[in-house]
Amino acid sequence: MIRHAAGVRMPLSLVGSNTRAGLGNRVEADMVVTSAGLAGVIDYDPGEMVMTAKAGTPLSDIAALLDANAQMLAFEPVDHRGIMNTQGEPTIGGVFLSNASGPRRLSAGAARDSLLGLRFVNGRGEAIRAGGRVMKNVTGLDLVKLLAGSHGTLGFVTEVTFRVLPRPETEATILLRHLDDAEASQAMAAAMAQAADVSGAAHIPKALANGISDSLGTANAVTALRLEGLSASVEVRVTSLAARLSAFAPVEVLDASTSTRLWHAVRDVAPLQARQDRPLWRVSVAPTAGHRLVAALRQHVEIDALYDWQGGLVWLEMSGEPLADVVRRAIASVGGGHATLIRASDHQRSGMSAFEPEPEPVAALSARIKGKLDPAGIFSPGRMAPVVRPKAGSMGMTG
Amino acid sequence: MSQTIAFLPPRAGVLSQRAQIITDLSALLPDGGLVHEARELVPFETDAYVAYRQLPLAVALPRTTQEVSDVLRYCNRHGIPVVPRGAGTSLCGGAIPQPDAVVLGLSRMSAILDIDLENRVARVQAGVTNLSISETVGPDGFFYAPDPSSQLACTIGGNIGMNSGGAHCLKYGVTTNNLLGVTMVLMDGTVITLGGKHLDAAGYDLLGLVCGSEGQLGIVTEATVRILAKAEGARPVLFGFATSQEAGACVADVIGAGIIPVAIEFMDRQAIEICEAFAKAGYPLHVGALLIIEVEGSEAEMEAMLAAIVTIARRHGVMTVRESQSATEAALIWKGRKSAFGATGRIADYICMDGTVPLGKLSHVLQRTDEICTALGLRVANVFHAGDGNMHPLILFDANNLEKAAKAEEAGNEILKVCVEAGGCLTGEHGVGIEKRDLMRFQFSDVDLAQQMAVRYAFDPDWLLNPSKVFPLEGRPAA
Repeated sequence: MIRHAAGVRMPLSLVGSNTRAGLGNRVEADMVVTSAGLAGVIDYDPGEMVMTAKAGTPLSDIAALLDANAQMLAFEPVDHRGIMNTQGEPTIGGVFLSNASGPRRLSAGAARDSLLGLRFVNGRGEAIRAGGRVMKNVTGLDLVKLLAGSHGTLGFVTEVTFRVLPRPETEATILLRHLDDAEASQAMAAAMAQAADVSGAAHIPKALANGISDSLGTANAVTALRLEGLSASVEVRVTSLAARLSAFAPVEVLDASTSTRLWHAVRDVAPLQARQDRPLWRVSVAPTAGHRLVAALRQHVEIDALYDWQGGLVWLEMSGEPLADVVRRAIASVGGGHATLIRASDHQRSGMSAFEPEPEPVAALSARIKGKLDPAGIFSPGRMAPVVRPKAGSMGMTG
Repeated sequence: MSQTIAFLPPRAGVLSQRAQIITDLSALLPDGGLVHEARELVPFETDAYVAYRQLPLAVALPRTTQEVSDVLRYCNRHGIPVVPRGAGTSLCGGAIPQPDAVVLGLSRMSAILDIDLENRVARVQAGVTNLSISETVGPDGFFYAPDPSSQLACTIGGNIGMNSGGAHCLKYGVTTNNLLGVTMVLMDGTVITLGGKHLDAAGYDLLGLVCGSEGQLGIVTEATVRILAKAEGARPVLFGFATSQEAGACVADVIGAGIIPVAIEFMDRQAIEICEAFAKAGYPLHVGALLIIEVEGSEAEMEAMLAAIVTIARRHGVMTVRESQSATEAALIWKGRKSAFGATGRIADYICMDGTVPLGKLSHVLQRTDEICTALGLRVANVFHAGDGNMHPLILFDANNLEKAAKAEEAGNEILKVCVEAGGCLTGEHGVGIEKRDLMRFQFSDVDLAQQMAVRYAFDPDWLLNPSKVFPLEGRPAA
C-alpha cells in the first residue's frame, strides 16, 4: 500500500491511536494510516529485560505485563491525554515515535535510550530492520535513534524492541516547601550533586500547587526529589540527602504511595490540564536555565510554569497567544534549548512551527535524511518541518 | 592474514597530485599542522587492529574547528578521502588509513572548555582523553561514566565515533546515553551544532545517529557530555565457579532477579591465568571461571546487594567469594581485568571478537565458542562484560603460522555467526571498521544495508569519509 502511495505521491498521515493528535504541525494528508491494528507482544523474557511488541500494542497492556513481572519502562512515558484532551489508549509505537519521556528521563534516559530495535516500512515500501534486541550494539548506523521521536515522518513502524528495568522495591520523596523558583533550582542542583541516585527532581510553584494538592495537602510551592531502590538503600539515602537539603527548607519525607501519586501528577502535568484554552509549551533547556527562562518571559507576558528534570524541562502555559518568537528568543537568551507547542487552537497555531526551527545547515541535513527514507515525501508531510516538494527525478534513494 | 583485507582502490588522480595537496594543506595548517615525511607518517599507519598497516598520503593535525572545516572543504573539493583519528586505539581498524587518504587527527584539540557542575555537564574538545574528564571533575565528586579499557589513551572523539562502552555501562549506559551535544564538521566543511546542555533533540535525533557512526558522517570537534555524582563507595567482589556454564547461568539469574550491579565482568580459566600472571591481582587460580561483580553506594547498600547476589551464586555452586578489603586491592582487581588484552598480547597474537548476545544465550554461546576453537585446534580466552551479554573471546594464534592465522579468522567468523543466530549482533562496542565490514550481511539484509547507506549519502554524497570501512565494498549504491 505504501509502495502504491509513493507511486502516486499520496500523502499519508501515520498515527498510532492518535492520543497525541495535535502534537506537531497540521498534516496535509489524503489518508490516515494507523498501526493500532498491529497489536500484541511478540517476545518477552523478563530475565533478559527485553520486550518485543507490535507497534500498535496498547501501552496499558504492556504496562500490565511488565508489572506482573515486577518490571517497568525506565523512562516513565508521559500520558498526553490529560493536557491535550484526547481519548483512546496510547500505543507503544506512539510512545517511541514521540520519544515521550517522563520524570525518570533525568536519571534513566529517554524513550530513545530504551529503544533497542525496530522494524519499519520506508517510503519506498521496503521492510527495514534496524538495531536488534541486545543492549550493546554498535553494528552499522543507528537508525533506531533516528526513527525514535520522528513522529511518523520517516517510516511506518510496525514493531519495536525495547529494554525494560526491574521495578524498584520501594520509593520515597523528599519534599521542600515554600521555595521560589531560583531557590528550588539551587536545591535540586545540590541534590543531583550528591551520590544519592535521585530519580526525579521537580518543582511545582505556588500558583500550580492546587493541581497536586490532593496528594500533598496545602497549596504551597513544593520541590520534590525522588529516591528509589531496595528499601534499606532508600532509607540510607533519604537520611543523607535530607541532611544536605535541610539548609534550603525544612524537610518532609513522603511515603511510597504518596510519592507514586505525586510523580504521576508531575509526569502527566496534572496542574496544567484544566485550562484547555491556554497554549502549552514543552521546553528543554539546561537545568539551571529553566527558572531564568521563566523570569525573562515574565517581563513580557503572564505565564505559569511547572519544572521537571532538575528544572530543565519547563511546561509553560501561556495566558493568551503562544508567542512562539518571544518564547524562542528567551530560550536563546538563557543558553539555548528547544520548545515544542503541545496544545493550541488551530487559529493560534497558524503561521508558526510547533517544533523548534533548526539552524539552516541542520534543517537542510534533516531534509536530506528525510529524503533518503521517504523520497516521495508521503509520510505525514509537514508534521515536523515545512513540506519540501521533491524535485522530479529525485525518487531514488541515492544521490 | 589480514593484509588480504580489501580497501577501495586508491584514486590515481589523488596520488599523482600528492605534492600539490601537501603544499595546499600545509598552507591551511600553519605551525607544522601537516605531517607528510615518510618516517613521520609511520605512527599513523595502523591503530590497535595491528594486523593491517598502510601509510596515508598525509596527516593533518588541526588546532581549531575552523581548521578542520578548511581541510575537509579542500579535500571534498578535490575528491580526497579523509580518515578521522583520535588516539588510534580502535580494535576494529577504524582509524587505519589508505594510501590516497589524509588522516585527520584530533590530538591537538585536547582542551577542556567548560565544566558546569550545577548542570552536571562538561564541554570538551574531541581530542581530550576519556580519563582526563573524570580526573578533572573527580575532586568535586563527579565522574564521566563510560570507561572503555583504553580510557587512559582513547579520546572522546573516538568514543563518539564508536559509541564506546566499558565495564560500567550496565548501570550507566554507553557513550550515546551520556552525550548531550556535539560540534561537528560535515565533509563539505559545514560546521553544525547538535544538542547542548539541554536534553533531547528539537527535531530528528541526529546526535543519536552520529554517535557510533565510525567517522562516516562527519568529524566531531567538540562534545558536551553528562557527568555524574560519584557513588559513596564501590567494591568489586570475586566469585569463582567450577565451569563457565555455571558462571554464565549465575549472571542471567542475578539480572533476572532484578539486581543490577554497576558491573559484571567474566573471565574463563585461560583469561584468569593470563591476567594473573601479568597483573598479580590475586585472582583464584583453581576455578574454571570468575565473575567480578562490582556494587556501589553506602556501606549498608553494598552489604544488602551483595547478600542478595551471594544467595544466587550459591545456587550455582560458587566455589569462592572474595571481597576486596581495601582500595588498593579493588584497584588491582580492575587493573587485572582492564589489562586483559595487553596481557594476552604478551603471550600470543590474538584476535578479539566483540559480539553481544541475549543474556539467556550466554552459556550456549560460550560452549559453542569453545567447540569451534577446539575443532580448529585453537586456544581461546574469554574475558567480557557479562551483565550486558557483550562477549570478548580472544582467539590465540601465532602470526608467523599462516595456516593457524587463517584458522583463527575462520573461528572468529564462526563465533560471530553464532552470536547473530542467538539473537545478538556482530559488535557491541568495538565497531565494525574494516574488521567486520565483510560480515555485515550476517546481520543485515541487503535492503537494511541499502537504507543505512542511503542515510550516509545525506551526509557525504561522494563517500569520502573513512570510505573503506563499515559497509561491504560490493553492493554499494552508485553515487
